[in-house]
Amino acid sequence: MIQFLVHEDGDSVGTIVVEGIKAGDTLTGWVMEQDKTVTIKTLNAIPIGHKIALKALKNNGTIIKYGVDIGRTIAPIKLGEYVHVHNVKTKRW
Amino acid sequence: MLSKKSTILGYRRENGRVGIRNHVIILPVDDISNAACEAVANNIKGTMALPHPYGRLQFGADLDLHFRTLIGTGANPNVAAVVVIGIEEGWTKLIVDGIAKTGKPVVGLSIELHGDHDTIMRASKAARELVQWASEKQREACPVSELWVSTKCGESDTTSGCGSNPTVGNAFDKLYGIGSTLCFGETTEITGGEQLVAARCRTPKVKKQFMDMFNRYQDLVNRNKTSDLSDSQPTKGNIAGGLTTIEEKALGNIQKIGKKCMVDGVLDKAETPTGPGLWFMDSSSAAAEMVTLCAASGFVAHLFPTGQGNIIGNPILPVIKLCANPRTVRTMGEHVDVDVSGLLQRDMNLDQAGDKLLECMLRTANGRLTAAEALGHREFVLTRLYESA
Repeated sequence: MIQFLVHEDGDSVGTIVVEGIKAGDTLTGWVMEQDKTVTIKTLNAIPIGHKIALKALKNNGTIIKYGVDIGRTIAPIKLGEYVHVHNVKTKRW
Repeated sequence: MLSKKSTILGYRRENGRVGIRNHVIILPVDDISNAACEAVANNIKGTMALPHPYGRLQFGADLDLHFRTLIGTGANPNVAAVVVIGIEEGWTKLIVDGIAKTGKPVVGLSIELHGDHDTIMRASKAARELVQWASEKQREACPVSELWVSTKCGESDTTSGCGSNPTVGNAFDKLYGIGSTLCFGETTEITGGEQLVAARCRTPKVKKQFMDMFNRYQDLVNRNKTSDLSDSQPTKGNIAGGLTTIEEKALGNIQKIGKKCMVDGVLDKAETPTGPGLWFMDSSSAAAEMVTLCAASGFVAHLFPTGQGNIIGNPILPVIKLCANPRTVRTMGEHVDVDVSGLLQRDMNLDQAGDKLLECMLRTANGRLTAAEALGHREFVLTRLYESA
């Protein structure tokens, strides 16, 4: 069972694709571009469609998804932590 | 699956274009003619009124767009014949003449000096003749490559970027390969991925036209914004679905243009393409506005990926919805034409998903009603550029 997807190696985040993920769960992810699986332990309950950090990130750092810059961190983020609007903002507008 | 010889059963119109629906529409020029149009559509079964809130005291480019949208809607090959009703003669005639260039039957009536009763009676008589005439039109074999296909996504979430949007991209790559005419747009929703679209432009001229459109829209946002747009773009629905920033949304959005298509040209809003290929239309990212513009540009089938479940339809342009989010498919299944949630579990690959979508598109072209058509979604939303005079 795939619980999260990663677009490509090097992305900072993966996307949860199942419902009911709880804090402490060990998740299996599929890295689509390289077609391989990885595992990670989540620190939080994360809803379907929402993101998990695949690496520790510093405050004011860059989030990479699809191999491209998708915004900046506004707080330090731990490996396995829930990533969304509470800790990431756009660099545009 | 698709080749240049693949055919569907469509309607060959007087100007040679291929349609997949056979609507007779009652088209108001302006807001105050809606009531008469709706009365005619109520009198004459098999016709459809397209009410809208605009058409008075518009001027300049905004008026040009209004005319272009109404004429384009009437001229669309999914429309067999048109009754146009306006409050006065001048603008009514302008719309009628624009539609008549296609060679299809079009009748115009204006309400002043007649009132609603007399106008509705005469329009109903004309509509009755047109709908009976149209009902004898037969479908005939037409090349799939002659279908003009547009795309726009809505209520996107992260599953759009990894599932339903790449599925459209796969289908677009295959349609591009047989010489189809294709369109995408949503100018602000490319923010963060504009360099990737620019790199796909066929010529330096097209690239410059695209970047000029993109930068103009960025200036509009910057001039009018009161925040970083984190309540509007991404939308609240996008954020609920897990999309965090406009950049993330844009990178998911542009998956719809596949891996092989080149951007062959750009279109102003409701402008008609001049040849096959992939066209970028400068447009809002609001679903009903964008799809209405696609219909007015002459597109006859629309591929609409959704994540959280946008339920939009259009009066004349069949909107085929696909979704990769298993929760949305479970909770809102009546809106979903093509379920591609298997992509997220590797139960199907992108090539299979693209074929599944194309198969649904061909069935739709042959006459199968989309979910949005069956549910009666007829969102006809005209884009405005600025205030009326």
